[in-house]
Amino acid sequence: MAIKEFFEIPKKFKTWSLALMGVGILAVVLGFFVYGTGDVHHKTRFWASLLHNSVFFLLVANASMFFICATTLAWGGWQMSFRRVPEAISTAVLPLGIVALVVLLAIAWGGHHMTHIYHWTDEAAVEADPILKGKSGFLNLKFFTVWTIATVVLWYVLGQKMRNLSREIDEKGFDSAAEARKYIWKNTVWAALFIVWFSLTVMSTVPWFWLMSIDAHWYSTMYSWYTFASSWVSGISVMALFVVYLKNKGYLELTNDEHLHDIGKLMFAFSVFWTYLWFSQYMLIWYANIPEETVYFNSRITTDHHSGAYTFLFWFQFVINFLGPLLILMRRGSKRNYTTITIMAFVIIFGHWLDFYQMIFASVSPEHVELGWLDFGVAALFVGIIMYATSTALTKHPLISKNHPFIKESIIHHT
Amino acid sequence: MAEKKFVVGSFKEEAVLFDAVKKVRKAGYKLHDVYTPFPIHGLDQAMGLRDTSIHTAGFIYGIFGTTTALSFITWVFTKDWPLNIGGKPHFALPAWIPIMFEFTVLCACVGMVLTFCYICQLAPFVKKHHFHERATDDTFVMAIECTPKTDENEVSSFLNSTGATEINVQQAETGWWLGTYDKDTKPF
Repeated sequence: MAIKEFFEIPKKFKTWSLALMGVGILAVVLGFFVYGTGDVHHKTRFWASLLHNSVFFLLVANASMFFICATTLAWGGWQMSFRRVPEAISTAVLPLGIVALVVLLAIAWGGHHMTHIYHWTDEAAVEADPILKGKSGFLNLKFFTVWTIATVVLWYVLGQKMRNLSREIDEKGFDSAAEARKYIWKNTVWAALFIVWFSLTVMSTVPWFWLMSIDAHWYSTMYSWYTFASSWVSGISVMALFVVYLKNKGYLELTNDEHLHDIGKLMFAFSVFWTYLWFSQYMLIWYANIPEETVYFNSRITTDHHSGAYTFLFWFQFVINFLGPLLILMRRGSKRNYTTITIMAFVIIFGHWLDFYQMIFASVSPEHVELGWLDFGVAALFVGIIMYATSTALTKHPLISKNHPFIKESIIHHT
Repeated sequence: MAEKKFVVGSFKEEAVLFDAVKKVRKAGYKLHDVYTPFPIHGLDQAMGLRDTSIHTAGFIYGIFGTTTALSFITWVFTKDWPLNIGGKPHFALPAWIPIMFEFTVLCACVGMVLTFCYICQLAPFVKKHHFHERATDDTFVMAIECTPKTDENEVSSFLNSTGATEINVQQAETGWWLGTYDKDTKPF
């Protein structure tokens, strides 16, 4: 079987990615003039939209590297036939990381005069507030800055190391089994380092800093897992989209229905996992019924006493992030069907994008849902960046790592 | 069920077995079943078995569990014996979700196990014919069912040509019957 080693970007794909980026830049510029120059509420709207999209898409792109490291650490072989795809998606961490860093630091250092996003940046308010004062050892500008920069830089550096390790065997295979074993071990160690850093960031501190600190008085121990679950299931969906796209264009000859089935299983399983956290966070707070905790749900849920503006969005997520994937992806046939997987991947990504929207906007503007052209426009920018960065990375290196010791395991993979 | 006649061949190698299965099907013999010490990937496709529908059964049992749990708890806490628990509403759905979930899982898995046992005709105190004792140890056993027209010698020599090591003809009951392994050897 002839294998097409190098991806050539179809003209249509390139046009789309550039057009989306163009639309996005236009939306940011327009948004800046419509909202970014107005009063503090307008500015909050503008910056919160940037925060929402940059954090969401950065975490989604970085989830691909988590996929690579998790499977590497588990000495998995099944993903080898399409591993270059998540590798390529993870290169988008560089442009998205730079954008996210600029946005996050601008919001944090802009302080409460610029936006009403991070309340804890207002020093006078912190002085007068025992709760915020108690948290100031963690929630302070210096630590925020250092930790945010370290997070993004190390994601990129460790990810780049994983990518380089994968690419360095393209030219020359292994002479002996011992050499191959050593190579696998080296991969394992670097993957482990990435996972450790990933746990210290995405699975714990980074959602606290970037998102949960919007409600600086409130906290939930489920929050980071919840954020991780959202970005991880969307990351898998992005991967599924690219795999299906490349298959349709006649690439990835060694990837077949069996691999797609397993990707579909991950989409299914982690949709359920997300729901588990979504529900657990809600139920614990509902059960305890302590005002300082229930405050989070005031804007998100309607009760007998008041109506939350985000009620519809909150329950709508239950439908598209849980019921949809659960019932549609449950059947074996639907996980092996390109069309179903594509549609469900779009649904899941959109659903979790809305989830992030709700996480941020129900806190910064609890009265009204203003989901509109600005949010979709800015999202287009980030989608365009991911498409552009991924397709560029795919052209530079062979699509299949033919010398990898586990490649045979992937070829004969059978669910 | 009536007793039937089988030609039984045993194999020592997985790869030989695979080829043999394909040849037997191609030759048009009636493959009764293949017994292996462990699950073998792709063997059911090679044998031409259809995909199992046990997961559909599992889904139905699961739905049954969810609805049973929900309706029962609802009846208990809203109609039969309403209690004030921490000022929560009587219809306290979030608190019931874990129980509904657990009951769904319980119904789905117990139901699937029982269905599986029934389909495979396995249960305590019932007996089934073993074509070869070592099918649970290290031998792959293939049983070919004989029809009135089958010539056993011909099938035996065919199996021999595919690489079977031990070949014999057995008269056996295919269904299950009550009995214990140490005493009864024949169905009654």
